[in-house]
Amino acid sequence: MDVSTTIAGVSLRNPTVLAAGILGTSADLLCRVAKCGAGAVTSKSCSLEARDGHPNPTMLDWGEGLINAIGLSNPGVEEEVKELKKAVGKSGVPVFASVFGKSPEEFAEVAARVAEAKPALVELNVSCPNVSSDSRLGGKIFAFDAKLVAKITDAVKNRVSTPISVKLSPNTPDLKEIAQAAEDAGADAITACNSFGPGMVIDVETGKPILSNRVGGVSGPAVKPLAVKCVYDVCSVVEVPVIGTGGVTNGRDAVEMIMAGATAVGVGSAVYYRGISVFARIDAEIKVFMDSHGYESLADFRAIAQQ
Amino acid sequence: MLPRRAKIKEIINDNGRVKTFVLDCSIIAKPGQYVMVWLPGIDEKPISVSRADPLTLTVANRGPFTSRLFDLKVNDFMSFRGPFGNGFALRTVKNILLVGGGYGVAPLRFLAETALQKNIRPTMIMGAKTASDVILEEAFSELKVKTIIATDDGSKGVKGTCVDAAREAMEKEKFNAVYSCGPEKMMAALAHECAKHGVRCQLSLERYIKCGIGVCGQCCCDGLRVCHDGPVFDARVLKGVEDFGRLARGPSGASHAL
Ligand SMILES: Cc1cc2nc3c(=O)[nH]c(=O)nc-3n(C[C@H](O)[C@H](O)[C@H](O)COP(=O)(O)OP(=O)(O)OC[C@H]3O[C@@H](n4cnc5c(N)ncnc54)[C@H](O)[C@@H]3O)c2cc1C
Ligand SMILES: Cc1cc2nc3c(=O)[nH]c(=O)nc-3n(C[C@H](O)[C@H](O)[C@H](O)COP(=O)(O)O)c2cc1C
Repeated sequence: MDVSTTIAGVSLRNPTVLAAGILGTSADLLCRVAKCGAGAVTSKSCSLEARDGHPNPTMLDWGEGLINAIGLSNPGVEEEVKELKKAVGKSGVPVFASVFGKSPEEFAEVAARVAEAKPALVELNVSCPNVSSDSRLGGKIFAFDAKLVAKITDAVKNRVSTPISVKLSPNTPDLKEIAQAAEDAGADAITACNSFGPGMVIDVETGKPILSNRVGGVSGPAVKPLAVKCVYDVCSVVEVPVIGTGGVTNGRDAVEMIMAGATAVGVGSAVYYRGISVFARIDAEIKVFMDSHGYESLADFRAIAQQ
Repeated sequence: MLPRRAKIKEIINDNGRVKTFVLDCSIIAKPGQYVMVWLPGIDEKPISVSRADPLTLTVANRGPFTSRLFDLKVNDFMSFRGPFGNGFALRTVKNILLVGGGYGVAPLRFLAETALQKNIRPTMIMGAKTASDVILEEAFSELKVKTIIATDDGSKGVKGTCVDAAREAMEKEKFNAVYSCGPEKMMAALAHECAKHGVRCQLSLERYIKCGIGVCGQCCCDGLRVCHDGPVFDARVLKGVEDFGRLARGPSGASHAL
C-alpha cells in the first residue's frame, strides 16, 4: 500500500503537511514535527521585517474549534532564512516556506530571500484573516481579489524558480475564480484554505471579546465541512495539485479531503487535539482505511467525490 | 478554555516589587502549572499558581501588564484561564530540595504544600539579592518547612547565591530530587551541581508565551514547547538543548541572549 504523493514535483512519503503557523517557529520544532511523521512541514509565515503580532489573548479553544489572532508574528526574513536553512538541512522531509508581504513586490522580495534556504516549495499566504494589506491596496485581504492574487503570483514566479503554492482564503464567494486566477498566473499548487471568518468569541462575564484583536480566524473540527467544500470547489476548476487544509484531525478527515480532490492534506489545529504525534497517527489511519477498502494508492480514491 | 472571573479577596505586599493576590475561587492544578491572567483591553500573561485553594498568585511588577495588575484593589475582579502546562512530578521521592530565585519562590510554595500532604519532606532554599527582596518567608514558616535564605550581599541568611546554598545542602544531606524555579542561568548552574551530586532535578522555564496550548510555537526552546511540554523539564531533557541557559525568543520570535 502506497500513501506517498507528489506536490508540484515534490515527493512526500505521506500526504500530511504541517500547516503554516503551527509549530513552525524554529528549525528544531519543524524537525520534531518531521520526526513525528509529517510528510512535509511548513514554516511560520514570514515577512520582510519582524512583527510582534497582536497582544494576548491571541488564541483559544472555544469549545468546538479554535480561534486565533496571532497576528503573523515573525522575526523577519533575515532570521527566518537561518532557521529554514537549518530545517532544510536536518528535517529529512520537504520544508515549505510560507511568506507574506504588503504588496506584490514585497511578496516577491520575501519569496526570493527565503528561496536562498532552498525550501522545497514557497507558500504565499495571501489570505490571513487577521492582517490586511497595505492601505494603498485598500487594506483588504489579497485573497478576495482575483486580479491581485494573479499579480502577486506572477511577481513571485518572476523572481523565484522554487515551486509555489498560493494559499487562499475560504471567506469569499469567488473562491473558484480566484483559484483559477492563481493557476493562470503560474501557481504550481494551491493551498485551500486558511482559517475561517473572522469570528468572535465574547467573554460573557466581562462582556468583552476575548481576543485582543477582537476577531480571529476559526480552525479545527468546527470548520471541516466548510473546508472540504472549498477544496471540492477549487479542485473542480484547477489542474494543479491542492493541499486540502482545514479541520483535518484524523485519517478519515484526510481521506475526505483527498476524495474532494486534494493531493496532500494540511494539518494544523489537530496538534492541539491529538498532540504532535497526530501526523504519524493520521498516516496510520489512512493506511487502515485503504486496507479495509482495497485501495492501493491515494490516486485510487482521489477526487472520487467529484464524479 | 474560556476565562473565569474572580474577585480579589486579599492583597499582600511581599516587598516593594512583589505582591500576592488571593482570589475568591479555587482551581484544580498541580504545582508548577500556570494560569493566563487576563486584563481585558490590556494583555494576558502567564503567572504560576502559588496556591490552588484559594487561587493565589504572586506577581513581580516588571512592565506594562504587571504594573496594571498592581493597580488592582481588594474586591476588584481579575479574569484568568487555566491551568496550563505540565507541573512538577512528585513520584517516588521522600526528601526533596526546593531552590527558588526571585518570584520563582511562588510555585515552590505550592509544591511544598503539596509535598507535605504526601508526606514528602521539603527543604527550601530561597535566593535574593538582598534582605528586602526576600518573599514568602512567612508562608514557608507557616508550613513549617525548613528554609535556608541566601542573599548576594549577606544581609539576610547566608551570604552567596542559592546555588551555593544548594551545593552545601547536598553535601550535608541526601536528597532524592531537586526542584527549581528562578533565573535560568541560576538553574543551569544548579543542574550542573545536581548532576555532580547524582541528584535528579526538575526546572521550571520561562519563555514568551502566547497560545499556552502548544500550537503557535512561540515559546520554543530548541524543539521544546515551554507552554505545554513544560514549563517544568527534567534536567536530563534539557541536556543538549542549545537554547537552555543561553537564548530566548521575544514576541516576534527573534532570539536574544538570556
Ligand atoms: C510559565 C510562567 C510562569 C510565570 N509565573 C510568574 C509568576 O508567578 N509571577 C510573576 O511575577 N511572573 C511570572 N511569570 C513572568 C510573567 O509572565 C512576566 O513577568 C509578565 O508577563 C511581564 O509582563 P509585563 O507587561 O509586566 O512586562 P514586560 O515589560 O512586557 O516584560 C517583562 C519580562 O517578562 C517577559 N514576558 C512578557 N510577556 C510575557 C509572556 N506573554 N510570556 C512570558 N514572559 C513574558 C518578557 O520577556 C520580559 O522578560 C511567569 C512566566 C512564565 C512563562
Ligand atoms: C495558531 C495559528 C496560527 C496560524 N498562522 C498561520 C500563518 O502564519 N500563515 C498561514 O498561512 N496560516 C496560518 N494559520 C492557518 C493554518 O495554516 C490553517 O490554514 C488553518 O488553521 C486551518 O487548518 P486546521 O483546521 O488544520 O488548523 C494559522 C492557524 C493557527 C491555528
